[in-house]
Amino acid sequence: MNVIVCVKQIPDPALPGELDPSSNTLKRDGKLILDESDSYGVEMALQLVDAAGGGEVSLVSMAPNGEVSGLRTALAMGAAKAVLVSDPALAGADALTTAKVLAAATKQLGEADLIIAGTESSDGYTGTVPEQMAEVLGLPSVTFAKTVAVDGDTLKVDRQTEAGYDEVTCSLPAVVSVTAGVVEPRYPSFKGIMAAKSKPVENVSAADLGIEAVSWAQSITNVEDAPAREAGEIIEDDGESFNRIVEFLDELKVI
Amino acid sequence: MAIDNIWVFAQVADGEPTSGTLELLTKARQLGGTVSAFVAGDASGAAAALGDHGAAKVFATGDLEGKLPGVAVASAMKAVIDGGDQPDLIMFPQSYEGRDVLARLSVKLDRTVLTNSTDVAVDGESVVVTTPVFGGTKLVSTVFTGERPYLAAFRPKSFAAEGGAGAAGEVVDAPVPDLGASGGASVTAVHVEEHSGPKLDEAAVVVSGGRGLGDAEKYDMIETLAKALKGAPGASRAIVDAGWVPYSYQVGQTGKVVKPTVYIAAGISGATQHMVGMKGSKNIIAINKDKEAPIFGIADLGIVGDVHKVLPQLIAALESRG
Repeated sequence: MNVIVCVKQIPDPALPGELDPSSNTLKRDGKLILDESDSYGVEMALQLVDAAGGGEVSLVSMAPNGEVSGLRTALAMGAAKAVLVSDPALAGADALTTAKVLAAATKQLGEADLIIAGTESSDGYTGTVPEQMAEVLGLPSVTFAKTVAVDGDTLKVDRQTEAGYDEVTCSLPAVVSVTAGVVEPRYPSFKGIMAAKSKPVENVSAADLGIEAVSWAQSITNVEDAPAREAGEIIEDDGESFNRIVEFLDELKVI
Repeated sequence: MAIDNIWVFAQVADGEPTSGTLELLTKARQLGGTVSAFVAGDASGAAAALGDHGAAKVFATGDLEGKLPGVAVASAMKAVIDGGDQPDLIMFPQSYEGRDVLARLSVKLDRTVLTNSTDVAVDGESVVVTTPVFGGTKLVSTVFTGERPYLAAFRPKSFAAEGGAGAAGEVVDAPVPDLGASGGASVTAVHVEEHSGPKLDEAAVVVSGGRGLGDAEKYDMIETLAKALKGAPGASRAIVDAGWVPYSYQVGQTGKVVKPTVYIAAGISGATQHMVGMKGSKNIIAINKDKEAPIFGIADLGIVGDVHKVLPQLIAALESRG
């Protein structure tokens, strides 16, 4: 079985985010890393291909400046190859444009049985791209998957809901978005890291994918600081601080 | 061209519209013009409440027969729009179903989307949407620049729900057209993991636990304290991902948004992902042994201490008060 995983390369979330003052979009010009929430999809794909006893895991990604460091991490985990869409015309692209581009990029990799994505990226978190890709490709989709299994040509998913979870079956090919925690992502081995250096990464532009006249119908008009919440009373526990909590709850009349 | 026709994607659970749906209807009617609700499923029981919050018309797909709402409802919406009803703006609750319908519809109509938003205003010819970024420290205003309808999803509790708008909405059938291959997903079983006591996003007191609890069994302390305060237990994403508690307990950007009278964060450092879901609480109490933890930056009362000592003492003190 062949699985394509959508991976995003993002600025290190441990560093404070910044907006580009000229465009008011997120600054993404430094070194990028694999979005941790995509490592679950990569792991899930590797396990499904392994269970199927054949096939391979491929990657699609969209990033500025031909950035591949995050892709190399996913290749080191065991993915076989990648298509990277890197095009200055796509800087600041909205989710719909991103979905169209990634959907077109999957076609570069031939027929896939399954396309996996995270539920939302850790930097932009619009959260619509997997479902939008499914619509562009005319495929069924299951979002918020917490378990995924393949049984013949049917996909079985436990899908997170507000109240619990639903069991869902879905025909293949399909698009699935997986939650964090769906599987435990492996750490790349030294051998994997070395092998990843020579795995193929095809670098393409939007025009190469047949996508012309890229634009999106939204424009940022203002960015301002939100009203900040002030810190209150901070005390070190001396063995009696629970009394202060009781007092506080009492003042608020919740006890 | 003013905004004179607004649709709200209406979610109905156990015959009642969800609170997020009623919040959006209230906001929609404040923006002006005609407001319609678009219900996934049967609307007969919900039309009165939907109308009371502003929906003059209630489109209803009827039973989805196990189909996931995303593609089914988006297809039904597209059919009504193709049939001549032209909304200027469609508002979605930021929920699993809301996000899926929004995403499918955006491709069908070739429209951009704005999500995770907290406010919307009409400014002359423009529709301006406000979205918090960087954990809510900055507010971004965005205008739509293309063709209508504009599509946006709003976080729960962004607006206050107010009834009294009018009579039950007129129910109009909006059947789901043939979905072809894209309708290949079906629900075969439904599992509910709700705990007893008040609902997490409605409770006056929420007690949440995080990694600082050390291991899964210690979460009992959170449940016990929540019960003693007649509140609901919640959790950080870290311990949900670790499998200690079900996802339905999660407070944060990808979980529930809560605004209780009192929020107690025990052993939670305050990752951005978590703070987004609880910083609107009226009062915040934090207990954490790391005095540098970001949660102390927004706490009204912060206890720098070990949750394993403070929580049992607090529970005992509350229980002794009866």
